[in-house]
Amino acid sequence: MRRLLSGIAVAALLGSLTACGGGDDAGSDGPITLRMTTWSANPAHVQLFDAIAAEYKATHPDVTVKFDALPIDNYTTTVTTQIAGGNAPDIAWILEGSAPDFVASGALEPLDDSIENVADLAPAATALWKQDGKLMAYPFSTSPFGVFVNTDLLKKAGVTLPAEWTWENVITAAGTVAAKTGKQGLVIRDFDYKDWTNLATVFRGWDAEAWTADGKTCGFDQQPMIDAMTFLHKAIFTGKALPAPGVAADFFAGESAMTIAQISRTSLLKEGGFGWTLVPLPAGPAGEYSVIGQGGLGVLKKGKHAAAAAEFVTFFTSPANSAKLAQFFPPPRQSQLDAATLAKANPLLKPDQLQNVVIDGIADGVVKPSHTGSAELNQAVRAGLDPLWKPGADIPGVLKGVCTAINPLLAK
Amino acid sequence: MTVGSALIRRRFWTTRRRDQLTAYVFITPALLGSLAFVFVPLVLVVWYSLHEWNVLADTFTFVGAENYRKLADDPNVPAVLRATAFFSIGLVVLNLALALLLAVLLNQKLRGTTVFRVLFFSPVVVSLLAWTIVWGFLLQDNGGINGLLDTIGIDGPNWLRSGGTAMAAVVIVQVFKNVGLNMVLFLAALQGVPQDLYEAARTDGASPWTIFRRITLPLISPTVLLTSIITVVGSLQVFAQISVLTQGGPGTSTTVLVYYLYQQAFQFHAFGYGATLSVLLFLIVLALTVLQWQMRKRWVFHEH
Repeated sequence: MRRLLSGIAVAALLGSLTACGGGDDAGSDGPITLRMTTWSANPAHVQLFDAIAAEYKATHPDVTVKFDALPIDNYTTTVTTQIAGGNAPDIAWILEGSAPDFVASGALEPLDDSIENVADLAPAATALWKQDGKLMAYPFSTSPFGVFVNTDLLKKAGVTLPAEWTWENVITAAGTVAAKTGKQGLVIRDFDYKDWTNLATVFRGWDAEAWTADGKTCGFDQQPMIDAMTFLHKAIFTGKALPAPGVAADFFAGESAMTIAQISRTSLLKEGGFGWTLVPLPAGPAGEYSVIGQGGLGVLKKGKHAAAAAEFVTFFTSPANSAKLAQFFPPPRQSQLDAATLAKANPLLKPDQLQNVVIDGIADGVVKPSHTGSAELNQAVRAGLDPLWKPGADIPGVLKGVCTAINPLLAK
Repeated sequence: MTVGSALIRRRFWTTRRRDQLTAYVFITPALLGSLAFVFVPLVLVVWYSLHEWNVLADTFTFVGAENYRKLADDPNVPAVLRATAFFSIGLVVLNLALALLLAVLLNQKLRGTTVFRVLFFSPVVVSLLAWTIVWGFLLQDNGGINGLLDTIGIDGPNWLRSGGTAMAAVVIVQVFKNVGLNMVLFLAALQGVPQDLYEAARTDGASPWTIFRRITLPLISPTVLLTSIITVVGSLQVFAQISVLTQGGPGTSTTVLVYYLYQQAFQFHAFGYGATLSVLLFLIVLALTVLQWQMRKRWVFHEH
């Protein structure tokens, strides 16, 4: 019996280690199915992806592409677990926060030879996805954050959009709408007092940074961050302009006056739901600024069909398909970054909105915070910031505590 | 076939041998299942705990006892163990006490007890995730629980966002989820207690509390042992409730051991260290189960 047990254990171990080794049967003949993980199950997005995959199949009858929509909350964890379990996707949509981990680890196939007209890609858009000059993932979505405003709710509260679009004025307006309508004022979408990286859309207005550009020095205890967080804390607990911790409100269901989000969320607006507009992020004390969220498209070395996957990425990111995807995901192609081109793909958005929010935003924007070991860092910052989210918090003390918690991680 | 060979064959296939073969045939599927899904993973986890395994970089390096040294030096581990103990003790005490109370109450021959039995048991068959998500909404600052409290003039706390209430809220959600299972087991045990013992005790003038303490409790003590082992082991494996309701926060106040090992292995990509933490969890579960099993001699009826 003992011999039998050790035999099974060794066989299972060898099996799992072999799975770690990955494989590539791209050279083999016969039909194959490529699996691409995405974080969006939005029907409008899925419909567009499926249409592109169907078009590809017309010229590549042996290749079927399946899109595997994973929940955003645990997206990267799920992809990593799939890789560990020997079931790596062929193509993965990678979020900007985990880009340094994926790019630096060597988990991705270089894509320089797979992307049509690489020179057309905006340098600012590709910066996060390059290693040693090679493009490791295609910056599929380079999407600046803007502010969606429910104009009906503002009208109901007798509030007009502030002519001077500054954080002070926006928070005052949001607080007034919340007080007069019983709805919420401003929602920082996907923040929910957990994903603090979305707060970059606010604190960058104070020129605050989570850490320095080289990733070595913590920025939470610096004066710009203390000022930004003090403003935010006051807006939440004194001005009641943001939903308090534990209070859920969905702008797209008409539950708040404003939300900070990207244009891909436009598809959540129901026709005839309520009047709305899209404007850039307000100016902070440090002036005007823009924050970009990015999604990269990477071919995983450990996927089963890496060569075939790279071929599909060539098609998926071609100028023609990039123009179609621009409906939801602002393209990194400079030739397509003009209001007229984007307006064709975005009938819901006006050319001036696209110019102000998207085109100017990409030109001036800085990508949300990212770092190697981002999951552990994010968790440490989240836990460190938790004491901030209650009235009367010692803001400088809490922020100093965040730096104490993350300094060892930044030093790694 | 000669008469001699037939005799030998008959002698080989004795009734005893046939019974043994039948027994082995029946236990083989369960044995194979246990091998594949219990013993092999157990061996693998110990093996992985001796390695540094970075999934993204595709490296698998033998590091010996390094992960165990890291475990001993990890400043988060004491807080994680405290949170785990808090959850386990809270859950076990509340669950068993409430289940026993409900079972005793619903063991009466009164109208409507069947309806209440179904009501208290129904959460057991509800999906854990659905149950937890709904409770997440109810426990929000502007959720249903605080809405109810508000109607009687109480300003409820922000249950899941305050260090003082988050763990208590998670415990209570879990108690309501599974109390029905223990209640049914206790009910079955209660119904197995001979009625003549109660009649004799009443004739002797024993009070209800004395009857409960001297007759009911000893006679259902094997079931108390079973439910306490199941509940203790289950409490140490809590994960979905933490993941959905608090994600280990606020701070690290609800980061229990399973959630911490999930973070290390799957979120921080430290699979080797995650495996080390799961070895620690295994040892804790094993120690507590052995302890309870040994303690049974002191308090479980029929085990003296």
